[in-house]
Order: sequence, then structure tokens, then C-alpha cells
Amino acid sequence: MPALSLKINGKTVKGEVEGRTLLVEFIREHQGLTGTHVGCDTSQCGACVVHVNGKAVKSCTSLALSCAGADVTTVEGLAKGTELHPMQAAFKEHHGLQCGFCTPGMIMSAIDIVKRNGKKVDEETIRRELSGNICRCTGYHNIVKAVQAGAANM
Amino acid sequence: MNPTGVGASVRRKEDLRFITGKGNYTDDINLKDQTVGYFLRSPHAHATIKSINIAKARKMPGVVGIFTGEDVAKDKLGGLICGWGITSKDGTAMKAGPHPVLALGKVRFVGDQVALVVAETKEQAKAAAAAIAVSYDVLAHVVDVAKAMKSKVQIHECAPDNRVYNWSLGNEADTNAAFARAVHVTSMDIINNRLIPNAMEPRAAIGAYDTGTESYTLYTTSQNPHVARLVISAFHGLAPEHKLRVIAPDVGGGFGSKIFIYGEEVACVWASKFVGGRPIKWTGERSESFLADAHGRDHVTKAEIAMDASGKITAMRVHTKAAMGAYLSTFASAVPTYLYGTLLSGQYNIPNIYVEVDAIYTNTAPVDAYRGAGRPEATYVVERLVETAARELKMDPADFRRKNFITQFPHQTPVIMCYDAGDYGAALDKALELSDYKNFGKRKAESLKSGKLRGVGFSAYIEACGIAPSAAVGSLGAGVGLWESAEVRVNAVGTVEVLTGSHSHGQGHETTFAQLVSEKLGVDINSVSIVHGDTDKVQMGMGTYGSRSGAVGMHAISKALDKIEAKAKRVAAAVMESSVDDVEFRNGTFTIKGTDKKMAFGEVALAAYVGHKFNSNEIEIGLKETSFHDPANFVFPAGVHICEVEVDQDTGLTKIAAYTAVDDFGNLINPMIVEGQVQGGVAQGIGQALLEGAVYDDDSGQLLTGSYMDYNMPRAGNMPHIENFKLGFTCTPCPTNPMGIKGCGEAGAIGAPPAVINAITNALGVRDIAMPATPLTVWTAMQSMKKAAE
Repeated sequence: MPALSLKINGKTVKGEVEGRTLLVEFIREHQGLTGTHVGCDTSQCGACVVHVNGKAVKSCTSLALSCAGADVTTVEGLAKGTELHPMQAAFKEHHGLQCGFCTPGMIMSAIDIVKRNGKKVDEETIRRELSGNICRCTGYHNIVKAVQAGAANM
Repeated sequence: MNPTGVGASVRRKEDLRFITGKGNYTDDINLKDQTVGYFLRSPHAHATIKSINIAKARKMPGVVGIFTGEDVAKDKLGGLICGWGITSKDGTAMKAGPHPVLALGKVRFVGDQVALVVAETKEQAKAAAAAIAVSYDVLAHVVDVAKAMKSKVQIHECAPDNRVYNWSLGNEADTNAAFARAVHVTSMDIINNRLIPNAMEPRAAIGAYDTGTESYTLYTTSQNPHVARLVISAFHGLAPEHKLRVIAPDVGGGFGSKIFIYGEEVACVWASKFVGGRPIKWTGERSESFLADAHGRDHVTKAEIAMDASGKITAMRVHTKAAMGAYLSTFASAVPTYLYGTLLSGQYNIPNIYVEVDAIYTNTAPVDAYRGAGRPEATYVVERLVETAARELKMDPADFRRKNFITQFPHQTPVIMCYDAGDYGAALDKALELSDYKNFGKRKAESLKSGKLRGVGFSAYIEACGIAPSAAVGSLGAGVGLWESAEVRVNAVGTVEVLTGSHSHGQGHETTFAQLVSEKLGVDINSVSIVHGDTDKVQMGMGTYGSRSGAVGMHAISKALDKIEAKAKRVAAAVMESSVDDVEFRNGTFTIKGTDKKMAFGEVALAAYVGHKFNSNEIEIGLKETSFHDPANFVFPAGVHICEVEVDQDTGLTKIAAYTAVDDFGNLINPMIVEGQVQGGVAQGIGQALLEGAVYDDDSGQLLTGSYMDYNMPRAGNMPHIENFKLGFTCTPCPTNPMGIKGCGEAGAIGAPPAVINAITNALGVRDIAMPATPLTVWTAMQSMKKAAE
């Protein structure tokens, strides 16, 4: 099996994977980082979003080997010790989650949206750009509020 | 006010683990020597299984075991059950066909599980499943509930016309007589579209048999682990309850679909024994969720209301065909009967109601409770009829509703339910004000300037939830009682553990339940932990569905807390050497009337465990109490939702321009969480009205909407903007629980669909439009109108 080396949350990790191993499988099953979730099998739901070299990527649709040498951030890598990332804090403050399953992907996408659109990103843009993240619990109302609040604090 | 007590929008205690990726969902758990399970599913809607040849598959790399229906039968593992018996109008029992854990002799829908393959890896299990040779004799099938009774296809031997039951409620003769006297009758054909629940976490299970203790453990995505244990123990006969532990850890949404006992979970825990006790983990893929999770709704109804000359509703007559799918799921039979027919009076004083329901097998996934379960279907019937009648009578829809509202409580409807409290006029007033109804005409004119048709629609819903009174549900056919349990353990340092039979899968119980403890015992919310979802830790409980955890589950906790207070007072009295009658307890401090003696709650807890300062023959050591609570009635949340839509005349695209929800949930424990429940419920209701619909192909019997590419889930862009989504509350406290609360979990999904459809039909000026009102559906309706006008 081919060898793979990449950075996850600032730490270099090495492993052997099959050619077909997905990034999300490498993260969840090989590395035991179970914060990144799998909610569908068609790249639609966004529960698996991570950052690869600073960009939001659906890890269910990326081959692990394609990320060789990359710098990957998962939801586990956002907080600095006990200090939450402003987007994490905003999701809690604005009740932007209920069952929590879509939340890691939502937060990773939200951070990416703010990075690309700036702190003052408007509601319409947030809603449009969240089209690749499905939540069944919240009706998105508080997620949108949380993203706006998180953006302001980023 | 206690900042973490009842009524405060306390931020959720459970959030930290979810926002940092430390949640613990079933698929996150890995046990030693774990194997992977994969289910081979039927590609046919209906077929006889001639043979299953596993010889080649069994020899494939990594395969640990392959199990079929014959193995299950050989081991005498019982089939899946439907726990609610319904009796037909003619007195016969419902016709429950066999529902094997793995298909036996026949498959009855696309996705029916045929074999369980257990292997070292998922890839190996899938490869082996592909190598199993199943020889099918394909049979004719029927997937459409409207056609199934007249079809030659017979899905179960016991039901020659595919009819499970023909149930009725109400007085037929009186209702017919009222219709004969009617001045105006509004009659409609109403379809309630089939939905697929789609909790974001797919179902998953890890079944493990311990060869040393001869006991089983099942980790599963369940809303009610104790019920799962009871059914798997008592009906499947896997093991007695003390040899079966069911754990439902963090569960990623349920919406009803995780109430039920499914074949996959049972197969995993059963088969573990036959692979040497190695744990078997199955994690459903989304396509499996679409195929094999219990679906919701799927009703075809003919309904009518009769009115007198003044516009008062005098009678309602309803006939519904309700799809059950290929098998009766755990609570399926109750949904179109006691959760549907009993709510057809809505918020209105209707003296005569008669409803008849045919429950019908189809070659589709089973249909069971999905958020609202029966009550959205009832509300849709009532509110479409009422809105349409108002238009036919040329009355304002708000005025017509108000004219017919129930205003005296308690109110006994002709369909079993006795509404205990409410003020429907107050909710209507508030909704009219919040939505700025009086200026709707201005907004309509404004929309038209940009080529958009604006419409407004009302929905005045009522629901019965806090699903409970055991005697009541028992008399209606439930196989179990629907009480709830709680155990409160006060630790020696004064911190509190609450073990509850309710199960949280997004509802925020770890926060709201802790708020109740904080309120009643005066302890800090961070000194409280809520334990749920493990049958080895929590005494028997009934789980979470039917918006019951607040009204029933918290009531049990409240009773246990009262017992704690009473016991603590005895301890405090003994330690402070006074009469228990003189002990007062306020804000976490025990005082003795007329003295300056006092003890903090933590000090009394410590004293209760140290046991030096009282006679332990008179007062038992410790501070721990349990309670089982069975309420006197359902609770009856009600509200008025007003939706405004804008329809694009060129594309038929409907946007929710504004949505107002005014709900009466009695007293609120945590308004932030309640609002979240409403927002989420409304989103599901908007989803049903505009986007979602499960479609089976008549010819092939295949599910055409089997992925997120085909089944249109609500996304952020489908919901109204923050400033246009307004929530309000009215409050008539529920008289049957001490906190005066009603359930809030399902209201949004119940109230929203008719509000949206009433708004679209208002915008277009059409009598009816089918759900989901997709751009194509709406555009087609507009073209027909144009044609008719020409």
C-alpha cells in the first residue's frame, strides 16, 4: 500500500493507505479524529468538510493520497487549548446547533465563507454559500446568525 | 430570577463537545476485534426468493460470516413487531403480516434486507455481498397507496386486498345528517406527500456478544433504548433483559425515524454470537437511509366540511387511505388513527366528525411516525378545508377561523380528545399583529411591481403531544404504557446526577433538565449532570418522541426532586435538632423557622451520606430518589402560523417572503431552545410544502428519490431571512403538569405545510396545488390558468 504523509491540525502524520481510501476515512478511521462526520454518499451534506491548505474541502470526495503533503485542519484543530475559535463560540452563543452532527462541517464551511467574503459577509451570501451543508434540526436560522456573529469576531 | 433556572435562555451545556468534534456518536465508537456488517438488499420491489447461494462469497477475503433469513429462522429469533393493535370498524383485528429480521422467502420492497455480510473491512463486506447469488422470481408490485387496494398484487397472505385495517372514529349517522342539512359544503381531495426523515446521522449499530458473561450489548442510534431492549428481549427473544444492554450515545437527530426497532440493528447484535462474540458494526450509508428508514406521511384523503348559513362549521367527514409500506413498523398503525383522526377537530368547535381510515400495504419502505406523526396530516386536512371554505364564503380567513374557534375549556371534541386549555383568539391576534397582516395588500402591490405574485396563508394548528397517559393509550391499542421515569442521585458533595428515561438527540435535555434541577434545588447548573441513553445506568424508561420529554420526562424529574427535598428536610431537621415541619428550603438553603440556623444544600447532602447525626433506622442513609410519572392527559399545544410567499411568474419559483409563528406551549423552560425547535420544525414543514417528496416509480417499483441529488432537502437559502421569520408566544399553562408546560418539538412541522400551501394558492388564485409545490408544479398551474383564461 502506498505511504502517505500529511499534516493534520499541525501535526505530521504518516500512514499506509489504499489508493481508494478517502480523506475522511483516513481522518476518522486511521487517525481516530471522529469530529469529522459522514452524512451522505453524494457530496451533498457537508458534514465532512475540513480545510485542506486553508480551503474548505469535502473530505468524503477527496482521496487521501491526493492530500499527500497537505496541511489539513479538522474541527478538532480549531480551538487553541480551551480557547474556542470565534466561530465555535458563536455557534454555542446563538444556538446554532441541536443534534450536533452537521455542526463540525458547518463550522468549517462558515470559517471558509468568512475568509473568502470578509467579516461583513451578508445574510444572502451566507445562505447561498451554505448550500453545500445540510442541517435537519435548526432550520438554519440560528446557524446564519451564528455565522454573522462569528464573522464579526474572526 | 435564577440565571440558570426555569425560564432562562441558558446556553446549552452539551454544545462544547459538539462544536469541538468531541461528540460520541455510534459510528465514532470502535470496540476491540470489531468487524464490519453490510446488508445485501433487494433490488426488486416484490419477489420470491428462490435461493441464496453464499458459497463463493463465504470464501472471499476477510469474510467472517454471512447470515440470511433462514439462519435467523433456524435460531428461532422472532420477527419485528408492530406494538399498537388497531381494530377495524367490523371488529376484526389489524392484519399484521410477518416482518422478518432478514427477508425470508420473499422480498417486499426495494431495499428489503436479504443478507448480512460480516467481514474484517467494509470493502471486503461489500465485495462479498456482490458475490452472493440470489435467485429471485420477480412478482408484480404496487407502490401507490391510491391503487393498492384494487391491485391484484398481494403483499401479505393475511391481507388479500392489502388492507391492514379499516378504522373509523366519530358518529357517522349524525355527521351524515349534518351534511344533509348543510347550507354550504367544501369538499377537497388532499394528498399528503411521502417524506423521508433524513436525520443527518444515518442509523448505525454495534452489536457485541460477550462469551464470558453470555450477554449482549447493542450500541445504536435510538430515541428510546429501553424500548429497543424490551422489544429485542421480549419479542425477538434474543436474551432476557438483564443479559442485554442497549446504549444510545450521542444521536444525530431522530425526528421519529429512530424510535423504531429495525431489522439491521437486531441482526447485528444477534449475529455477533455466531462470529465468536466479535462486535459487528453497521453504519448505514445515506442511500440506505433513503431506502430503509421508515418514511412518513403518504396519505390520500377525501375530506369535506359542512357549514350553516352563518358560516359555522357543523360537520366534517374524512376518508383517508394511509400507506403502511411493505411491513408494519413499530408504531405505524397508530399514526393514521389515534394520532390523526383524534385531531381532526383542529381548533374548531365542530359538533359532528366522522373519519374512516384504510391502512394499506404497498411495496415500499415502511411508513411510520415522522415529526408530528399523524398530526401534520390532520392539520393539513383541517387547515386546507377551512382556508378554502373561507374563500368560497368570501370571508376573511382570519375571521372565518375566529368565528369557529373553540373558546370554552375544557372542550370535549367528538373524536376522543378533551382539550384542557387554550386561547386561540389570542394567538391569532398576536400573529396578525406580528405579521402586519393589515398591510399585506401594500406588500402584495410592491411584489407585483417586480413581477412577483404575493400570497398569504394561515394555519391554526392544534396537536396532542406529551404522548402519555398509559391507561388512555392502552385503551386505544398501545402495547406499552407511555409514562416516564427519573432517578435523582445527589452526591455527598451536593452535586446532582439525574438519570432520565428520556433521550436527547438534539433537544438539549442536558440543559433544560439541569435548569429544572437548578430551579428546584438552588444548585448551580454546572453541578448537575444528566445521564440518559444506557439501559445499564438508567432504570426502565420510554424515550423521546411525541414532544413528551418536557411534559412527561421532566415531570418525572420534578416528582423525584420533590422527594429529594422532602428527604433532605428530614436530614436537615435531624442535624439542626428541630422539627421537620419547621424546616424551610429556599434558593438552596435550609433554614429553621424562627431561628438563625441554616444549612446549605451541599451540607445536608454530605450529612445524609455521613450518617453520624441522625438515627439511620429512622432516616435511611443517602439522598437518592426515583419517580415514575404517568400524566392525566395529553398536552395540547396550539398556535397560528401565517406565511407569505412570493411566486416568480416566469419560473414558478416560490420564496418564503415572511413567516410568522405564534405558539402556545404554556410555560417555557428555555425560550432559546424552544425557539430553535420551532425554527427547525417550520423548516421541515416548509420542506414538505415546497421541496420534499419521496417518489417510487410505478413501473419499476424503484425509489427515484434515493439521494440528496434527487430528494430536495431544505437548505439555508430556502428559509425566510432572519428579519422575516418572526416568532411569538402566548401562554395558557397546561393544567395537568406542575410546570404548566406543553410540548414544542413537533409544532413547526405540523403548522407550516398548510400555511405555505394556503399562501401559494392565495398568490395564484387557484383552489389547490400539490405538495411539494416545486417550480414545475407551480409554473404548470400558472400555465393552465393562462390557458383557461384564453
